Amino acid sequence: MATSKIYLYPVWIRIWHVINALMFILLLLTGISLHYSGSGFNLIGFEASVGIHNVCALILTFNYGVYVIGNMVTKNGKYYRKWRKNLVPKLWKQFVFYAVGIFRNEPHPFPITKKQKFNPLQKVAYVFAMYFGMPLLIISGIALMVPDLIGYKVFNVSGLIFYDVLHIIVGFVLSVFLLIHLYTCTLGDKPGTLFKSMVNGYHEEHK
Amino acid sequence: MKKTPTTILIALLLTFSFILNAQQEDTAKLKSVYFEVNDYVEDNEGCLKCHGEQKFKLEDAFGRTVTEHMCPDRFVDRDKYYSSVHKSFSCTDCHSYDLFEFPHPLEARIEEKMICMDCHGYDESYAQYHFETIEVEFQESIHNIDEFSCWKCHDPHSYKAFMRNADDIEAAVLYDNEMCLSCHANFSQFMVLTDRGEINLVESHDWLPNQVAHFRSVRCIECHTEINDSILIAHKIMPKTEAVKNCTECHSRDSHLMHTLYKFQVKEDRKAGFANAIILNNSYVIGANQNIVLNWLSLLVFGLTFLVILFHTVMRIIKLKDK
Repeated sequence: MATSKIYLYPVWIRIWHVINALMFILLLLTGISLHYSGSGFNLIGFEASVGIHNVCALILTFNYGVYVIGNMVTKNGKYYRKWRKNLVPKLWKQFVFYAVGIFRNEPHPFPITKKQKFNPLQKVAYVFAMYFGMPLLIISGIALMVPDLIGYKVFNVSGLIFYDVLHIIVGFVLSVFLLIHLYTCTLGDKPGTLFKSMVNGYHEEHK
Repeated sequence: MKKTPTTILIALLLTFSFILNAQQEDTAKLKSVYFEVNDYVEDNEGCLKCHGEQKFKLEDAFGRTVTEHMCPDRFVDRDKYYSSVHKSFSCTDCHSYDLFEFPHPLEARIEEKMICMDCHGYDESYAQYHFETIEVEFQESIHNIDEFSCWKCHDPHSYKAFMRNADDIEAAVLYDNEMCLSCHANFSQFMVLTDRGEINLVESHDWLPNQVAHFRSVRCIECHTEINDSILIAHKIMPKTEAVKNCTECHSRDSHLMHTLYKFQVKEDRKAGFANAIILNNSYVIGANQNIVLNWLSLLVFGLTFLVILFHTVMRIIKLKDK
């Protein structure tokens, strides 16, 4: 069986990705500890959680800036464009593949190529996660880190409540995204194939 | 010496040689609201014409004058006095009539001053305030030192029962913390009562994240007193080594704040879905103000996602075995 190798993940993307992943996991664990402090979910002490959460948040924010600028100045940005074209039929086709086709050994409806790094579901999920979710998470996080920046009332409720609830909701949605992202990464030729791609930069596929 | 009008007159004219130059009668200072709450305003002016002024003028028998500054401990702000809990009082309800003499006789100045318990203690009409418990707490407090009395924190000439009637918690916190800061952030006042060195409150609280937000939102006594559910405000000030330093005491569903700052307001309006929602009227406390609806919804979504993934994984394994 022939194996095709496509170089899809340049070094800067891999470094960004590993930092993003580590920071997000630490933020998730400390965020849960803060939200459920004083209960069984208090995985890390409150004081330590505050410190770790703040430091990781600053690193994640800086890293996000690298990602946005990187996508603007390199070719990697093109993988996130034109995500709305024929969106619904494409999403349905990909969904049916994950729900049924994958168990029938059907071919991928949108095989990975040098021009098409993501399938339509991935593309939509990544666009929403990275260009809608992350900015909201960062803005609400900064508002909570520097509460004096917050207007006293936002939409007629305390600014702190508004930004905290927003932060928690977006953080939760992105953590569900993380769970699904981790699982879909096991859907390569072998469960570890796609993880390996993020280490060596090459997408491998048996033909 | 027996005090008679004659001896007082002699003392005034000869021995001390000063006489008080009655301040220019300034009726503009006497606001109508004072008369609405107090029947002794004019009598009280006998004291306040000096003690109600930052500066007062003395004149001796030869017409020489000198302007003196009133010691802050002896100054009574009329506006604060006539809006305080003791607003209806005559000065002589608590102070000796002998102090009407000027210069004030030494005996009257040395006379033991009244304390809260003299009027409020063991009296059924004040039972709801539990002054006796407060007295016990004070006795066990680190503040129970020489020269310290109720008045060091609760100036009877300006004291308001702020917390009990607080609509604005932030204003009540500010009012309450000013009592502590008047000594603990003012070394010249602090050194009057203790030999301890100067305290730098910012440094000693540098472990506290978002220090300004904390100082603005909670009282010092939230962490520096022992909870007592039988009184509104705990008075047993603990040594600094025993102060609350565990964040989760407040930042948790069973928040310490519900037993202190918000203890008498827990039955007020609540906002749907939030734990300890009364806090949300004024502030937001991470951990204490979890939204119960969101908590359950998140667990449901996370659980369903996990189940779908589990089902998908099992199906893949089954198909793999079928190959």
